[in-house]
Amino acid sequence: MLAITVSHISKSFGTVQALKDISLSVEDGELFGLIGPDGAGKSTLFRILTTLLLADKGEGTVAGHPIVSKYKEIRKKVGYMPGKFSLYQDLSVEENLSFFATIFGTTIEANYDLIKDIYVQIEPFKKRLAGQLSGGMKQKLALCCALIHKPEVLFLDEPTTGVDAVSRKEFWEMLQRLKEKGIAILVSTPYMDEAELCDRIALIQNGRILQTDTPEALRASYPYPLYAVKSRNTYQLLKSLRETFYTRTVLPFGDFLHLSTKEKMALDQIQNDLRTKGFEAIEIKEIEATVEDVFLELSDTEEARTTTER
Amino acid sequence: MKILAYLIQKEFTQIFRNKALLPMMTILPIVQLIVLSNAASNEVKNVNLVVVDKDHSEQSRLLTRKIVANERFSLVSAPYSKENAMETMQTNGADIVLEIPQNFERSFLKGERPQLQILVNAINGQQATVGVGYLNSIIGTFNKELQTRVGQPAIGKNANIQIASRNWYNPEIEYTHFMAPGILAELTALLTIILSAMNVVREREMGTIEQINVTPIKKWQFIVGKLVPFLCVGLLLLTVGLIASKLIFDIPMLGNIGIIFMYAIVNLIAVLGLGLLISNFANTQQQAIFVAFFFILIFVLMCGLFTPIDSMPKWAQYFTIPNPLAHFISVSRKVLMKGSGLADIKMEFLYTFILAILFNSLAIWSYKKQS
Repeated sequence: MLAITVSHISKSFGTVQALKDISLSVEDGELFGLIGPDGAGKSTLFRILTTLLLADKGEGTVAGHPIVSKYKEIRKKVGYMPGKFSLYQDLSVEENLSFFATIFGTTIEANYDLIKDIYVQIEPFKKRLAGQLSGGMKQKLALCCALIHKPEVLFLDEPTTGVDAVSRKEFWEMLQRLKEKGIAILVSTPYMDEAELCDRIALIQNGRILQTDTPEALRASYPYPLYAVKSRNTYQLLKSLRETFYTRTVLPFGDFLHLSTKEKMALDQIQNDLRTKGFEAIEIKEIEATVEDVFLELSDTEEARTTTER
Repeated sequence: MKILAYLIQKEFTQIFRNKALLPMMTILPIVQLIVLSNAASNEVKNVNLVVVDKDHSEQSRLLTRKIVANERFSLVSAPYSKENAMETMQTNGADIVLEIPQNFERSFLKGERPQLQILVNAINGQQATVGVGYLNSIIGTFNKELQTRVGQPAIGKNANIQIASRNWYNPEIEYTHFMAPGILAELTALLTIILSAMNVVREREMGTIEQINVTPIKKWQFIVGKLVPFLCVGLLLLTVGLIASKLIFDIPMLGNIGIIFMYAIVNLIAVLGLGLLISNFANTQQQAIFVAFFFILIFVLMCGLFTPIDSMPKWAQYFTIPNPLAHFISVSRKVLMKGSGLADIKMEFLYTFILAILFNSLAIWSYKKQS
């Protein structure tokens, strides 16, 4: 059975079209990532699937129930963690957790095994008010609250935004363990590096899904030769690479520049070219595309397409 | 049921944890009750009087003395000309100018009917009417005494009719007895409407409502979960207020206090329903408080506390029917001062009951878990 299906969903807010003909499906026990920048429509899709918002067009099912007609069933079976921390700041960790357990008609003890790994980390602070927790702790508590009723499908809207690198890593490890327990997870994130940790991802921009596939397949789908280039003066290097005849695109990625060329080139050829232009300490290597490369490539095409449409 | 109980418990936890809310709910209303009950009085205690005595006779002086002997009047000045007196009034120094004409005593003794002139500063309407009332009654008594003394039975025929008035339910006309129950009712209603109006909006502002909406919690559970805690707060405030009024103002409690509480429950449910309704339509606490204030002002000014409902224009009198505060004040006065029973306040009960059903159904209906 599919945990989530979405077919041709569209949603507008006034003149702004937030979602345009979105279709995707998430299988049981799958960790599915929705990757895109802020304002891409990720949260809107989450709100539609968690039955908080009605779509203008299209249909969808969550845990086997249609999102419009059986919304009451869905609310029993999903866990939702909104992008903004939305637990009671003036209740303690323990109180928040037992509050959400009770309104789902269960108890902390009944589903303790599910949250145990996460809860032990915040248990020392269980008497502390939720508003006084650190960002990472808040995320863990929110995840516990979303899990306490043993949901079949878990919706996590940008769970790692504003969380430090270590907590982010821990958080994704937790998601892997939850997945093993058979819970389907739909997670959204603006961070491309997190995309690699998902089973499958959908790249979304301007309310449109650019591509859906496994991270490996997406990376392999990158159609052009790609090189990582580094030199002492990165900015000058970027400027001069933009002007060469063989360059398609060149974009900064950390210390390196990712250079995509029109045809396959020998490494020496590029190196010689750069050396004659006076660059020193040149490092160059052929690389496989990352998800970010793919995303930027696809979003360029998308931009070009929407511009011609206009 | 267990869910509802937990919702209520959670609300109480939050109320008791809010350091600002508790004193706001208990101390402030009591302070207001004490201050307002004493200050908000229709009694006119001091009327500034200017007497222009053109007669300078024994009788005219006697009249002046009699008036000034009354503690409500203070003689500001006694000029010789009316112009001087008018100047004093112009500078707001005088509320009433009493002019005693020349030959006042002589024409009286002759059996004519001399005329006194009273000029009233009507900038403060209340002061003017009440002051003239006092003055008239003093002059009336003086008139009668004078007749008996001078022995003029011919004019004394008016005196055959004697009017004896007695004030029922508040024999001494103690204003605090009359104001305190009203103000108590007002404060209870005000506090609960504001608390409930702010509450749901706060959940919206904090984003917690988003999380609640995804749960299988039912709309009525959510609304009742908000209503019950604030109902308890309202009843607590009423209890404290009644005790304070009894101790401080010694207000009469003739009727059954149980009836007051029974009615208060219905009334508070109505008011809370309105608060929650406002809450559902507001996005921020600021919006909620503005809309709540709009209703509060109308409710307070048209509830019969400061202006009697009977003296309002007809259309305004109909407007007091959907005003829960008007009924609350009417009930608290009737029961406390008059000892009214259930049968006497059945109309108030009926109207409030209808309002409670109406506001709460609208509140449940307008609370949308989905947009």
